[in-house]
Amino acid sequence: VDMALSNVLELPASGFNFENSARNAVLEDVLGDGKTKTPKPMKTGTTIAGVVYKDGVVLGADTRATSSEVVADKMCAKIHYIAPNIYCCGAGTAADTEKTTDLLSSNLTIFSMNSSRNPRVIMAVSILQDMLFRYHGQIGAFLILGGVDFTGSHLYSVGPYGSVNEVPYLAMGSGDHAAMGILEDGFKPRLELDEAKTLVCSAIHAGIMSDLGSGSNVDLCVITRQGVDYIRPYQESEFKDQRQGRYKYKPGTTPILRENVEPVEVEVMQETVQKMDTA
Amino acid sequence: EHPKMSASQVKGVSTGTTILAVRFRGGVVIGSDSRASIGGEYVSSRVINKLVQVHDRIFCCMAGSLADAQAVTKMAKFQLSFLSIQMESPPLVKAAASVLKELCYRNKDELQAGFITAGWDKKKGPQVYTVSLGGMLVSQPFTIAGSGSTFIYGYVDAKYKPDMSREECMQFATNALALAMGRDNVSGGVIHLVVITEDKAEHVIVPGNKLPKFHDE
Repeated sequence: VDMALSNVLELPASGFNFENSARNAVLEDVLGDGKTKTPKPMKTGTTIAGVVYKDGVVLGADTRATSSEVVADKMCAKIHYIAPNIYCCGAGTAADTEKTTDLLSSNLTIFSMNSSRNPRVIMAVSILQDMLFRYHGQIGAFLILGGVDFTGSHLYSVGPYGSVNEVPYLAMGSGDHAAMGILEDGFKPRLELDEAKTLVCSAIHAGIMSDLGSGSNVDLCVITRQGVDYIRPYQESEFKDQRQGRYKYKPGTTPILRENVEPVEVEVMQETVQKMDTA
Repeated sequence: EHPKMSASQVKGVSTGTTILAVRFRGGVVIGSDSRASIGGEYVSSRVINKLVQVHDRIFCCMAGSLADAQAVTKMAKFQLSFLSIQMESPPLVKAAASVLKELCYRNKDELQAGFITAGWDKKKGPQVYTVSLGGMLVSQPFTIAGSGSTFIYGYVDAKYKPDMSREECMQFATNALALAMGRDNVSGGVIHLVVITEDKAEHVIVPGNKLPKFHDE
């Protein structure tokens, strides 16, 4: 790092600044015995899973988003659109998974427009891998990417440090241990569509039941050569609440005690007219 | 406050690992286990492939952080394919090892990955090179690396013979890997072997239930 002279204006470098990450790591170590911890970003606490079956890929996710102990969103969408033939489930820091998949989707749309082709799954994976590796794990995105292209059906796991692994079945998120148990037991190569959907749904359900960070409903997304079937929700929670009271109030519920109208004086200071050239 | 005794200080997915490469008469055998772990406790994948083909007759095996190793081998693959077009001939195994070494050495502060490169070229025939974590490049007749290698130094030192036949060499590599996988908690799964000769590169998989057994009642 070059030393900045005090009389020379130093403009901040563009891109992600890592200075505080190094400082925070040192502070955590120095301020003794794990008693001081840097504040943690919001996570979705999630169960996501994917399975490759005979004709394509089935992706599944729960729909709970938590803000510490409170459920912030009972119906959040964790299966993100990447391309007409590629979808991505995201676990980890909610903002990171959202923005990363958005960015990927935009870049692939530009590619599709330029080349008149749907992108290949391996292309999406490579772009993600490059980006996440460049940020040294600071982007907390644990992704399951699934899609179908002319080379076949593919399912990839992408870790926050940029590691990639192609697998026939996979679960991620805080509920992954529970879901993985179901998948390890039930997976066979070349499953039928119904078997695959049931398997993924059971896996997510196991996560919902056994993990506090996962809950609510199960979303499924089936991707084949022919197209995509986004089923939201596929299975609703058995524990739906009934609203006990009404939360809407009629106009006039709050009585008006006093009314005072004061006109605001506006003085025209300057008027300019610019003609639009419509020639 | 004493330092934590952790199996690996790699952040994210680590390849844990036992990898090796052995030269025999007419070729090389390069091999690895198939386990990827996180924090030395959870096996994140039991079927990971650590053998990467960087050119037609040159393979690398990865050790250390999976993300770092994948990034480096991707870069090396690109550089070697470019090099082979420029030179109008397949790259030398030493060139491949040097490319990896440059990447590891120049970025040693940011990377946590080591490699074994093995292959065949027209100039020197079968060769084995090891590129350690800090970027040291050494050529050897055989080499072992990864966390599981510590358990088999005695075995390989005692059992290696120069100029083995292909079958003897494959058995040697299989035994060594099986012994390491039996003792190291972050190595396991199946054995991946690639046999590289002048004619071809052949991938052989020894599944978990077919691993050689050593007094495992």
